[in-house]
This record gives sequence, structure tokens and C-alpha cells, in this order.
Amino acid sequence: MLKEKDKIFSNLYGIKNRGIDSVISRGHWDNTAKFIKKGSSWIIDEVKKSGLRGRGGAGFPTGLKWSFMPKPNPDKPSYLVVNADESEPGTCKDREILRHEPHTLIEGCLIAGFSMGAHVAYIYVRGEYVRERESLQIAIDEAYSKGFLGKNAAKSGWKFDIYVHHGAGAYICGEETALLESLEGKKGMPRMKPPFPAMAGLYGCPTTVNNVESIAVVPTILRRGASWFSKFGRANNTGTKLFCLSGHVEKPCVVEEEMSIPLKELIEKYAGGVIGGWKNLKAIIPGGSSVPLLPAKLCNDALMDFDWLRENQSGLGTGAVIVMNSDTDIVKAIWRLSKFYNHESCGQCTPCREGTGWMMRIMNRLVTGDANLEEVENLLEITKQVEGHTICALGDAAAWPIQGLFRHFRHEIEDRIKNRITKNIAAE
Amino acid sequence: MENNLRKIIIDDQEVGVNPAMTILQACEHINKEIPRFCYHERLSIAGNCRMCLVEVVGGPPKPMASCALQVKDLRPGPNGEPPVIKTNSKMVKKAREGVMEFLLINHPLDCPICDQGGECDLQDQALAFGVDFSRYTEPKRAVLDVDLGPLVETHMTRCISCTRCVRFVTEVAGIPEMGQIGRGENSEITSYLGKTLKSELQGNIIDLCPVGALTSKPYAFTARPWELTKTNCIDIMDALGSNIRIDSKGKKIMRIIPRNHDGINEEWLSDKSRFIWDGLNKQRLDAPYIRNEAGKLKVSSWSEAFDVIVKKINKSSKILALAGDLVSVETLFSTKELIGNLGGRTECRIFNACIPPNDRALYAGTVPITAINDSEIIFIIGSNPRVESPVLNARIRSSWLKGAEVNLIGENSDLTYGYNHLGTNLIELDKIIKNKGKFYKNRKVLIILGQGIFCRTDGYEALEVVKKFKETLSAELISLHVAASRVGAMDLNFVSDRDYKSTVDWSDVIFNIGMDEYEIPDDKFVIYQGSHGDRGANRADVILPGCAFSEESGIFMNTEGRPQLSLKACEKIGNARENWSIIRALSEKLDCTLEYNNLDELRKKLFSEYPIFASLDEVKSNSWVKSTKFAKNCLKVDLKNIWSDHYLTNPIARSSNIMATLSKNNKEIYNEKVKS
Amino acid sequence: MILRRIDKKQPSEFKFSKNNLSWAKKQIAKYPQDRQQSAVIPLLYRAQEQEGWVSKPAIEEIAKMLKMAPIRVYEVASFYFMFHLSPVGDKAHIQVCGTTPCMLRGSEKLVEICKKRISKKQKELSSDGKLSWEEVECIGACSNSPVVQVGSDYYEDLSEDSFVNLLDKLIDGNPEPGSRKKRFSSEPEGFFKSSKFKIEEKTNASVKLFLEMPFSTDRKK
Ligand SMILES: Cc1cc2nc3c(=O)[nH]c(=O)nc-3n(C[C@H](O)[C@H](O)[C@H](O)COP(=O)(O)O)c2cc1C
Ligand code: SF4
Ligand code: FES
Repeated sequence: MLKEKDKIFSNLYGIKNRGIDSVISRGHWDNTAKFIKKGSSWIIDEVKKSGLRGRGGAGFPTGLKWSFMPKPNPDKPSYLVVNADESEPGTCKDREILRHEPHTLIEGCLIAGFSMGAHVAYIYVRGEYVRERESLQIAIDEAYSKGFLGKNAAKSGWKFDIYVHHGAGAYICGEETALLESLEGKKGMPRMKPPFPAMAGLYGCPTTVNNVESIAVVPTILRRGASWFSKFGRANNTGTKLFCLSGHVEKPCVVEEEMSIPLKELIEKYAGGVIGGWKNLKAIIPGGSSVPLLPAKLCNDALMDFDWLRENQSGLGTGAVIVMNSDTDIVKAIWRLSKFYNHESCGQCTPCREGTGWMMRIMNRLVTGDANLEEVENLLEITKQVEGHTICALGDAAAWPIQGLFRHFRHEIEDRIKNRITKNIAAE
Repeated sequence: MENNLRKIIIDDQEVGVNPAMTILQACEHINKEIPRFCYHERLSIAGNCRMCLVEVVGGPPKPMASCALQVKDLRPGPNGEPPVIKTNSKMVKKAREGVMEFLLINHPLDCPICDQGGECDLQDQALAFGVDFSRYTEPKRAVLDVDLGPLVETHMTRCISCTRCVRFVTEVAGIPEMGQIGRGENSEITSYLGKTLKSELQGNIIDLCPVGALTSKPYAFTARPWELTKTNCIDIMDALGSNIRIDSKGKKIMRIIPRNHDGINEEWLSDKSRFIWDGLNKQRLDAPYIRNEAGKLKVSSWSEAFDVIVKKINKSSKILALAGDLVSVETLFSTKELIGNLGGRTECRIFNACIPPNDRALYAGTVPITAINDSEIIFIIGSNPRVESPVLNARIRSSWLKGAEVNLIGENSDLTYGYNHLGTNLIELDKIIKNKGKFYKNRKVLIILGQGIFCRTDGYEALEVVKKFKETLSAELISLHVAASRVGAMDLNFVSDRDYKSTVDWSDVIFNIGMDEYEIPDDKFVIYQGSHGDRGANRADVILPGCAFSEESGIFMNTEGRPQLSLKACEKIGNARENWSIIRALSEKLDCTLEYNNLDELRKKLFSEYPIFASLDEVKSNSWVKSTKFAKNCLKVDLKNIWSDHYLTNPIARSSNIMATLSKNNKEIYNEKVKS
Repeated sequence: MILRRIDKKQPSEFKFSKNNLSWAKKQIAKYPQDRQQSAVIPLLYRAQEQEGWVSKPAIEEIAKMLKMAPIRVYEVASFYFMFHLSPVGDKAHIQVCGTTPCMLRGSEKLVEICKKRISKKQKELSSDGKLSWEEVECIGACSNSPVVQVGSDYYEDLSEDSFVNLLDKLIDGNPEPGSRKKRFSSEPEGFFKSSKFKIEEKTNASVKLFLEMPFSTDRKK
């Protein structure tokens, strides 16, 4: 179990005094200029050595990503954009950073921004997080008043400004290029890549988009050293990580733990176990709605990291663990995700626009007991026609939960059709 | 050059292509057809339909959109082998079938009643790349139609959200009034809160829409493409010479659509050119007429009409032929010969237009209009190109989008792009001349010279200012005419040696070839030859019914001095005759028979005397005639645009109900604007 | 899912209040020159906070302020689902999260209550016009599910009883947001009962902001 002193987010729940002076007394903003003076390649190297992989879902090595940024060019300023759109169902970790640990993020922005030659960072907060956005803004104002931001940020000689921006209810804006479109005042429709944001991102300028957590852990990594961070977790899956536990657990919660922690330990130690006991577990979704579920039999030995979950045909995603016990109508649980993706498809490209609706409608009928066996075969086929054929990964994300359901619970689907089990579907 | 090419392998075939090309273009380069819906080479890349997916071997394990991926972004193999693209692999086939199926699930299968039937990309590609069964059992989505105005009919349920229409009106037409609202499967293409479109180019979205969502309202349900006879013609609604195709069924014109010509209209067409065809079937002169003693026009036979004319002309030697705006070069050539033989005069510079004959570099310009594309600074002087030549205006806009600076001298109006308004008279030009054009050194400057300069009483003075200005800036020049016949007539030297007023005063018989725009004094005997019962015919003493441009073959010299041949698209109406043959027949009656018996012989003579017309589709360079001193008092005169209502500028347009509606709507929009 | 169309009945004009206008100018200044379009979402949202929904005059006013074509602003307003294109409940518009994590913990029951207490269909006003509701997708508080959002605030860890109670209070006033299970924020329930933690703040940051400024912006009502 991760020791209290090794937690990066020591005030994750916000019980400690959140005023800037207390924040400073807990060690944040301690001689930030020192890191900046060591230069950008030192910072990037250190982050590379720490093994930090992006916490926004895809797990791309953060230091490597920063190193793609071109040399500064006065005509095309570089931008750091922080992805605080947190909309992946099951995920609610960045919210805690924004409202209770904003200075980890702000300090991280300065360091990351400097390392990629950016003088400006935009933090794109999902529209629903109004209070979180206000809280973050207060912290930014405090940072300015202490001289941590502005012309000579934290006395480093580097000019740095942070602006908070927000969305207004669109999951797709978490996808990094849709986020940039949205930030430019347009509909959040993903761009085609290439060009990648590092070449042409915000306003056509070099841009790096990182998740809140990826940026917020950086100051501590530099303070305590890359090797401190990399000693947590398994090789290639290092560091500490925020996990969000929800669904059928006794005590849902957000916690910081070591990467590669066994799933069972995570659930039992923090969330008070599965409702009805571990034996009562049916399945979990380990990394937010986009990743395929794991049936109970795989959960016994599951490790919460990128590689283990990928090897088992799922993914770590955002580290959002959605627990389902044997009371769960698993078909309905996945149907609700299909409804989510149908609702959130931006409508730009054909397979996703048309496919998410089609998939949802067959799932509807599976739930209500009106589907037939042939249709079920079609459904799997349709997921494969969506997967990999779209501009962004939302198409994949819509396909995978259904594929996971078929992989592990096909018998239940078939039973349901044969026995004409019917259920209601909510709303409308 | 060769070194800049990049080698790639497409379906086992090695090709060297420009690395900036997209994969789709590279495939086209070697005649490999890639299906597509959203991609259009003249619009920005959307990459949203996903029909053009291809396999990039060694790339990500999923197919890539070939319309959006550039060759330079392909990675070579581990040992530097050229990248490999597959357009026919299993992966690609599967992807296409999938996309096709998705496109069709919510598309109504109403092909039998859809106007796009027979020329629908979706229909064609479904046959070529789809599967022949549907697994979709849900009710299809229904989408409310939008009222885009009198030209474009909408059936939005058929829309496949390719966004070509939105991109066209935003990027090319420059009126951001269409968009896609909502999101996901419920997104809809619409205009802003159902407003009708305010563009002179909107008809193009009918051609662009790959399915039957946007169709032609006037053409609705009148014909199927396979029943149509298709003829290549030249548009004469303005002087641009847009290449068009006239589709007819029997005697009737069913529609006009653009043909591609990169140098002229690309593949666009103005609404006026596209939709005047109803005017070609109305108000037609289908028999000769003679004005009787009571002052009434009465139908007559050809020989009766000719007899009256012969009698009149034999008594007079003061004959003046006036050229209208829509007349072919052949007609003018034969007229000029006939009138010349009779000792008369000819004039095409109607109503005081000041155009110096023999100064071709001035009236036909020094460069082709494609020079607009790479100009850095454009001066528009005395013109509103948005209405005088909407398609040319789109070219200016695209240059502006690429960063060209536009300056306007003359009446302020919304041109669909930003410009600096340098005043309404020539004082600013004089200032630039005085400071030797110092802000424009070493820049590619282009002058677009409009009718606001040519058509004023002191036009020759004003032209000298413009010439001096051009010389000062080492600029190039394009003259923007509005009459399709004007440059050809100037090249034929269809001019008299005096000014317009004194020429008219001198004459006592006026042979009016389709000139309907200005009054003719009461004391003249007027012979009108033309196609429509418009102003000119009303004033005539004898009327000779001629074919409209669609009913005869003819050459037109466009505003940049490019001769083009328009073919005969349909049969003449009633007793009308081809225009040149009327002149030929009359010459016989007048005992000075022209020496050609058919159009070919006429053209042979024309080409030998005026070789410039023989170089079809070529723009010749013209040598510049140096400017002379100008008098300062022309500087203060305000420039006026030539057209107040561009939908009603010629007899064909004035006969068209569609143009009448557009003109009315336009006035309403204008009044609304004035009010608010 | 219903297509979002702008309401047929439209007010004749829209104007930002003085405070909101000067706030809007500050927003625009966050973005580089000629990139004022970036401010469109914040401005639309502020217009909605002021008026309760986004009207046609508001769209056009914002288009003018940001030098955008009105259709581009309308596209944005119709794309982002937090924008209401027609009026919502006078007192409160209740957004019930219905996505799987909340569904697993009982959000369907909350929806039932909404149907019974407010209106059968979502996005319809209750008979007295005071409340309206809709089922929304995951609002990012899954470890405190089921959750509903009202205005700027989240009401978390709801049960049927506490939700009914919340509805009553929303009609009368302005109930305090946060966990209905007395959790501080997203810690495991009861986590702070052991004495080794010193609780220095009275509430979590979201609740604190609510207490300090229940309405952070100018509103009509
Ligand atoms: C549909 C979709 C939604 C996403 N939503 C989020 C999100 O809410 N927050 C986030 O940080 N990343 C999200 N991502 C991932 C981002 O595209 C991007 O990979 C991430 O912000 C990179 O940050 P990282 O390298 O720090 O992980 C999403 C991706 C997709 C395809
Ligand atoms: S209306 Fe036609 S052109 Fe426009 S988006 Fe739909 S299918 Fe494409
Ligand atoms: S043609 Fe390439 S995605 Fe449409």
C-alpha cells in the first residue's frame, strides 16, 4: 500500500488548508526556478527517465511527447494545452486535482510549458465542472499574486501565463484535436492526423495536449527524482496513479496508489470490497467506459497497469474502475454505454455517426428482449466496421465495450434471446 | 524537378509523385479510381465520409483516408523501400463495404423519384463498392427540409453529411450562411435559421451534392439525365465566357450546367447563367414583323420584311449597325461586311462607352484571368465583380484567402471578401502615381478595370489615368467587360470613327443587332434583328427574328480576349433563322451578295481576315500602348457601377421568371438591410 | 435523442448586463489577436446563466461581438449539449446523470422520480414552470454516484429519499450541494473518522464556493 508520504496528491480530498501559504508550506512551489534553470532537455530527460506515461487514456510516454515539440519560433508560438475535459464514464480524478490540488497542476504547467518553449498554457475544463473551474481560477490568481506566474514566473526568468477555458457538454472534446477545435471556438470535431498537434495544433501552432494528472505529477517527479517515481509499479508501467472506483463497491472513492496494484487489493483496501463480497463480482471495467470489460475470473489476478490489461484484451485507460456484481444486468450496463457513445458521437464521419446509432438500437432490442440471434451476429460485425475506420478513437471506444461483452458474456446474450428476457430501458 | 518526386508503390505499380500530393491524387495520377464523397479538389479537405480508405502497408493496422494523407507523410520501409499502398486489399474492400452500408442505412431508397437518379454518386458507388443486401431493420431517420430559396430544392433526408455544400458556400461563395447544426446522427445541414441563401453562386451546391439532397428547383422532376441531349456551349450572360453544357430534350432546354475550364470558370457557374433557360423559351420572336401605317407591329413573311428593308436602304446611304451584348462574332462579321458594302457605319461601343480601338492590351487586358490566382495586390477600379462576373469574383476571393490585398476604387459594396476602399474617384490613383507607387515596389500588382471607367463621358481621359497608374506600378491589367460580344466586336473593329452620339445623329437607318439596353431616337428607321420581344423590338419598324445563342453555333471572345466556340444545342423557334444567314439573305436582296454560303465558308473568311479568332481557346499577349498626358478634371468624377439590377441585364434574363423572382428577392434583402 | 432546435418563441433582444459585458471583454482578451472566436463557448454560457437559456438574439449579439457569422455561433450552441435552446425550469433544471456508473447505483430511480414529480418527458417544464429535468451523460463524479447537477453545483451520493428532499428544497430555496452521505469529497465513506487526519477546512472546495457565492454571475431572476 502506497505510504502517505509517497502520495503526490497529499490533499486530494481537500481537507487540509487550501490557501496558498499552506500549499507552499507543504512543499509546493519550492524553488521551482531551480528546475527551469537546469534547462529544458534536463526536464524532458528526467520525465522520460521517470517512465511517466500519459494519464489521459492512451498511455503515451509523456517525456517523449514533449520532445516532439519543434524549436521555438516567434511567428508560431508553442502552446501547452491541458486536457481537463474528464468525460470518460467512470472517471472523476482530475476533478479532485482541479479543486483540491490545483497548485500541483499550475506548477506542472509552468515546468512543462517551459520545457516545450511555451509561454502560454490553456487549461480546458469540461463545462459541467463550474465550481472546479472557479477553484482552479482562484489558485491561478493566487499564483500570479505570489509571482509564480507572469512575466518572470517563479523568478525563473521565463514568462508564463495560464488561462482557464471551458467546454459546454461534449465528451468528444476530450479527444485532443477536437479539444483544440473547441478551444478555437468551433464545434468539437476531431481533426485528421497528420499533421499532429506538435506540428500544427492550437491556431496552427506547435501544441502539446496533456491530461491534468500527467502534468500535475511532474513537479513532484522532479523534486523527488525520476528514480523515486519509477520505483513504483512494474517496468514500463511506473509511478503512482489516481484510481476512481465506482459501481458496486461498498465505498466508492478516488485514491492514489501505486501502478500495477492488484485490482483485488485496490477494491478491497479502499472501496470496502464488492457489494456482496468478492465472490459476488461479475465483471469490472478497469479503465473507463471505452475499454472492454473483464469477467470476474480474470479479476482475481488482474494488475492495474497498461501492459497487464492490454495483454488481457482490455486497457488501463484513465484508471477508472467500474465494478459490477452479480445483480448487474450486464447487457443493460453495456447498452447504457452504447447509448452514451451514440449521444456523444460528433457526427462528423460516417462510420461513427451511423454506426453508433445502429449499435445502440440493436443493444436496445437485446435489452428489451426483441432481438434475434442473427442480429447479434450482425452487431459484432458492425462493431468491426466502425472500429479503425473513423477519424478519431471514439469509434473504437464505442465498439470495444460491445466486443468485450461478446467475448465474455456471449452465453448470457444468447440465453436472453432464447428465453425472451425483457427489461425496461430508462428515460424517454 | 525529377528529384523532388517521391517513389511510392500503389497496387504493385511504382510511381514517382510530388510529395505534396495526397494518396488519392497519386492514385488518380495512375488512373486508379478511389471512391469518395466528401473530397472535392476545389474545396478544403474534410475527410469525413471515409469512403476513400486505403491500406498503408506497414502503417497502423487500420485503413487510412487517402484524400487527407499526403505522400510526404508516408514512412519508407525499414531499409528505405518506397511506401506501399493497397487500394484493393481485403482490408480496403471490407472498409468500403462498411462505409457504404452505413451511408445507406439512413438514406431513403427513393431513387426512382429522385432527381439525382442516374447521376448520383451514392447510387453508382453502391453498385461498385457496396454489398447487395441490407441488414438494417430500423426505421430510417427523417430530416426536415430547409427552404434555401427559389433555386435549390432540398431533400435533407437524403443528405450524407459530406459537408461539401457548407464548404462551398463558406469557402468559395464567401457567404457563411450554411452549416451543420446539432451533432451525431441527428446533425443537420441547414442555413442559418432557415434563411434563404444570398449568393450569386449558390446553384453550384446542386452539382456538388453527391446525392439528391440538393437539387435544382426549376429543373425538378422535368427530365432524367439519360433522356437529355448534351451540348457544349459558352455562356453569354456576362463576358467571362464560362463553359457550359446545355441539356435539352427535343426543342426544349431542360437545364444548363457548368463544364470544367481551369482557366475560366473552373467548374463553377453563376446562378444567372445556370437558371436563365426559362427565358430562352419565352417572349420569343418567332416571325418577322412590319410596323403598319397605324403604328402596329404585324406579322409578315420574310420576303415582305426584306422588301420593306430593301426599299428603305436603297433610298439611304446613312446606315448604322449597332451591336448588342449577346451577338456572336460571325453575326457581327457578316453585318460589318454588309454594312461596309453599303457605305454605312458600325458601332459596338453603345451609349458613350469609351474604348480605344487598336489598343487591345487595354480592352482585352495584358494577362489571362488566371493571373488573379497569384497576384499579391489587386486594384478593382469601377466594378462590382460580385455581380458583373460572380465566378471571376470567386477567383479574387480565393486569392484574397491566400493573402492577396484587395483595393477598391468606386462604389462600396459587399464583395464577399475584405478590401481597402480607396475612394470613389481616381484621386487616390493619382496620389499613388505621384509618389511613384512606393508602397507597391516589387509586388505582383493586378488591376481589374471595370465598366465604371469605360462607360463615362470622359472615359478616354480616365483610361489614361489608369494606364499611367499601371505603368507606375508595373502592374498587369484585366479589363472586365459585361457584354459577351464586346471584345469580339472590338477585335472586328466594329466601331465608327466618331463618338456614339454623333454617329447616331448622322444615321437615318439603324440596323439594330440585338441591342436592347438603350433608347434610339425617334427620327430613325429601325430594323431590329434578335431573338426576344424586348425593348429593341418594341422600338423597331421591321423585326427580323434570329436564333438565340443556344440555337446556333457561334464564336465569342471573352473578356480576357479568348475566343471560344459555342455549339448549337437545340432547334430554332418558329420562323426564326440563324443570324448570319439572315444577313446573308438580305445581302442578296440588296444586290451585294456576301460570298459565303454556309457558316464554314464564313469562318474561313473571318479567320483569314482576323486570324485572332482562329486560335480557339487561346489568350494572346497584347503589346502595351504607352499612356499619354491626362487632364486633371477627370480625377474628381465618381465612378459608377454599370448594373443596378444584375438579374435583368439582357433580353433573355428579362424574359426569365426565375430571374424576375431573384431580382425581387434581392431587392427585398436590400431594403431589409437599408432598414436595419 | 431529440434534435435540439431553437425555441419558436424568441425574445426581441439580448443584452449582456454591465458586469457580464466587462467580464466578456476580459474573456476575449485571453486569446491572441484575431482569435476572439475562441471565447464563443464562455460567452454563450454566460448568456445562458444570465437568461436561463440561449436565445436567437443572444446568438446574434455574440456573433457580432466575436465577428463570427451567426450560423457558426448557432452551430456551436446546438453542438454543445449544456446549452439550452429553449427555456428551462424557473427554479431549477435538474440534470440526472444516467450513464452506467450512476445507473449501477440507482440513477434510474431518480429518473422515475423526475418523471413523477416534474414532467413525464425530459426537457419539459413542470406544470408550475418551476422545474424541468433531463437525463445527461456522465458528469464526472462517478465515485459519488448517483449524482445530479443543478446550475453550477453537484448533489452527490443521492438516494431516493434524499433526492425527493432535494427537489422540495430546490423549489423553496437554494440547498447546499455536495454529498448526501456526509462524505467530505471523494474519500471512501467514513475515511476521516479515524483521528489521524486533521480536517482543516469546513467543506470541500466545490461546496465552499457555493457557500461563498451561490450565484457567481449576474442573473435575471
Ligand atoms: C473520445 C476521446 C475522449 C477523450 N477524452 C479525454 C479526456 O476527457 N481527458 C483526457 O485527458 N484525455 C482524453 N482523451 C485522450 C486525449 O485524446 C489525449 O490522448 C490525452 O489528452 C493526452 O494526454 P496524456 O498524454 O497526458 O494522456 C480522449 C480521447 C478520445 C479518443
Ligand atoms: S446536402 Fe448534399 S452536399 Fe450538403 S452535406 Fe448533405 S450530401 Fe453533402
Ligand atoms: S473522400 Fe476521403 S474521407 Fe471522404
